[in-house]
Amino acid sequence: MPEQLEGSVAVARTVARCRPQVVCAYPITPQTHIVEGLSVLVREGSLAPCEFVNVESEFAALSVAIGASATGARTYTATASQGLLYMAEALYNASGLGLPIVMTVANRAIGAPINIWNDHSDSMSQRDCGWLQLFAEDNQQAVDLHVQAFRIAEELSVPVMVCMDGFVLTHAYEQVELPTQEQVDAFVPLYQPRQVLDPQAPITIGAMVGPEAFTEVRYLAHETQLRALEVIPRIGAEYAEVTGRPGGALVSAYNMTDADIVVVAMGSVLGTLKDTVDELAADGTQVGVVGITTYRPFPAAAVRAALADAARVVVLERAISPGVGGPLTADVRGALAGLSTEIVTVVAGLGGRAITRPSLRAMLLEAGRGALDLLTFLDLDLPQIQRAQLTGAGR
Amino acid sequence: MTTDVKFYQVGSFAVGNRLLSRDLRTVQSEETRANALTCGHRACRGCGEALGARYALDTAIEATKGKLVVVNATGCLEVFTTPYPESAWQVPWLHSLFGNAAAVATGVASALRAQGREDIRVVAQGGDGGTVDIGFACLSGMFERNDDVLYICYDNEGYMNTGVQRSAATPPAARTATTPAVGPEPGNRFGQGKDVPAIAMAHRIPYVATATVADLHDLEAKVRRAMELRGARYLHVLVPCPLGWATESDETIKIARLATQTGLFPVFAAENGDVVDVTPIRHHVPVDPYLEAQGRYAHLFAPSRRADVIARIQAEADRNIVRYDLLGRRGGT
Repeated sequence: MPEQLEGSVAVARTVARCRPQVVCAYPITPQTHIVEGLSVLVREGSLAPCEFVNVESEFAALSVAIGASATGARTYTATASQGLLYMAEALYNASGLGLPIVMTVANRAIGAPINIWNDHSDSMSQRDCGWLQLFAEDNQQAVDLHVQAFRIAEELSVPVMVCMDGFVLTHAYEQVELPTQEQVDAFVPLYQPRQVLDPQAPITIGAMVGPEAFTEVRYLAHETQLRALEVIPRIGAEYAEVTGRPGGALVSAYNMTDADIVVVAMGSVLGTLKDTVDELAADGTQVGVVGITTYRPFPAAAVRAALADAARVVVLERAISPGVGGPLTADVRGALAGLSTEIVTVVAGLGGRAITRPSLRAMLLEAGRGALDLLTFLDLDLPQIQRAQLTGAGR
Repeated sequence: MTTDVKFYQVGSFAVGNRLLSRDLRTVQSEETRANALTCGHRACRGCGEALGARYALDTAIEATKGKLVVVNATGCLEVFTTPYPESAWQVPWLHSLFGNAAAVATGVASALRAQGREDIRVVAQGGDGGTVDIGFACLSGMFERNDDVLYICYDNEGYMNTGVQRSAATPPAARTATTPAVGPEPGNRFGQGKDVPAIAMAHRIPYVATATVADLHDLEAKVRRAMELRGARYLHVLVPCPLGWATESDETIKIARLATQTGLFPVFAAENGDVVDVTPIRHHVPVDPYLEAQGRYAHLFAPSRRADVIARIQAEADRNIVRYDLLGRRGGT
């Protein structure tokens, strides 16, 4: 039954239906409402048996999750921004140990300057840490991806981040349909850990590996990620069967018929893009939209297939790699290697700046004329930059 | 169980104690001991940490009837025991990172609780670097939440695994690779110190104790007591390091004993924030023989004797003696 819910509340209630046994978190905006919601459910006993651990940092949050997961508990945490970076060492550790922890990242910018609003700098900075990264377009998809994340994580024995745009999704009230407890129970079976700390059968987890085997360990991790490219659509299809809603896929495509220009993006901006593209279509300009749902592993073949007929591709980036441009562009360019597709980057919506339909419309029309530079900053406030340069603040 | 027999003579600190009845002997003297840390590991000859860890864990295994999970911080103990594909551990053992052992142990304990398996107990262990420096925040968090974990710090007073650098547990005037014995104030600076057992007590956790590898009966008794209690417990064990301290490898026990006999390392136990037991010094010695036996203090004796520095170290020892009444002058233990 559809309900009008805040994104965070919808995610909290969904995670609860996945029956986690250990939940830990450290407060950071804009992730807080999710774990606040879970703490209430644990405290009132409706989630039993589940332990909610209030920790002293994000580093500790993920460390608690690591210990719990290695003991065979289904484990969940959530974070954002600086918190994700504070976890960085433990992120690599969790994936290296093959622990199927599920974590929500309420995407937020990274300081300095400190900024609590949305962009994708945080999770993109951790793109190589060995976690799967799924990006939600709206709160319904955030809900659906969380349920699937537990299945994917536990089937592959890898940790999964579900990324949802901070504030834009976490704090937005939308109509959302939560899967019922029966549906979730049918879809997410009891967690069967690959290996577990047990006095009856003692094992050593986290041994030191030297040059003679380290490459092989990494090779296997890479292979697991590639396997995820098959597992994610399969589990997505199963989810669709159970709930009647579309499951998570690698990529999504919209308005692709006769589209010479295709814009590639991730997260909540896809909604605005689709509206803009509809407007343009009404005016007779066809622009397609490809959404990246699975960012890690990067679905290069699916992206190539989706973009095969595009003459021009605009990659809309919610993060910047200073001195380079956009992190997503590099992946898209790699996926289209050997094709003559023109690829340009548009950096937009950093630190929570609203990405508006008029700006997107103007940008896409320019892209259609082939008038965009290789790298464009949407809505860049040039007078502000000139003032900063004059006062020396830009140096 | 230690109430009837007091171990005053030097020889009776040791393992066998054939003069004792069986139930008073150490866990380690029994052929049925668990061998948590078995042979084949790569510790240096004379390693105090390997000795301390084996005693502590074998006792914990005995106390829990084998229902034990161990979490290990990065450091010597982790490196020398688990060169893949080998492992010297006969317990379920998890190593994650350098600075998170206490939090990982909390995770293990939380999972066991959620699974209704609280009969399985959790020990976290690390060196002084992983405990008093990089792991300190996680340690304090675990204390503050009173999580059901015994954390054991094997303190060898420096970063020995990385080549003997200074840690917050390195004592004043000691030479390390980052506090070299050069200049007018050679070795580590005199500071305020970082007394982690006292900081642990300030969290008013159920149990805090110190021990050394010189008195293994005491170490075992403290592990046993710790495992009788629930909640956050902390055991700080002094483990001399022949490599880092520049001592002979057959002098580890002797050096540890000198640390207690000088008063530099007070041995005590505290419950709920209050000291409940102090091991008195039976044979009080000045700090000189302790310092002279260690190459890391060689600059205090040659080319000329640094009486000023030695006097400052002596003052620290004297302060401990007063604070913990180590000579029993207040009519205590």
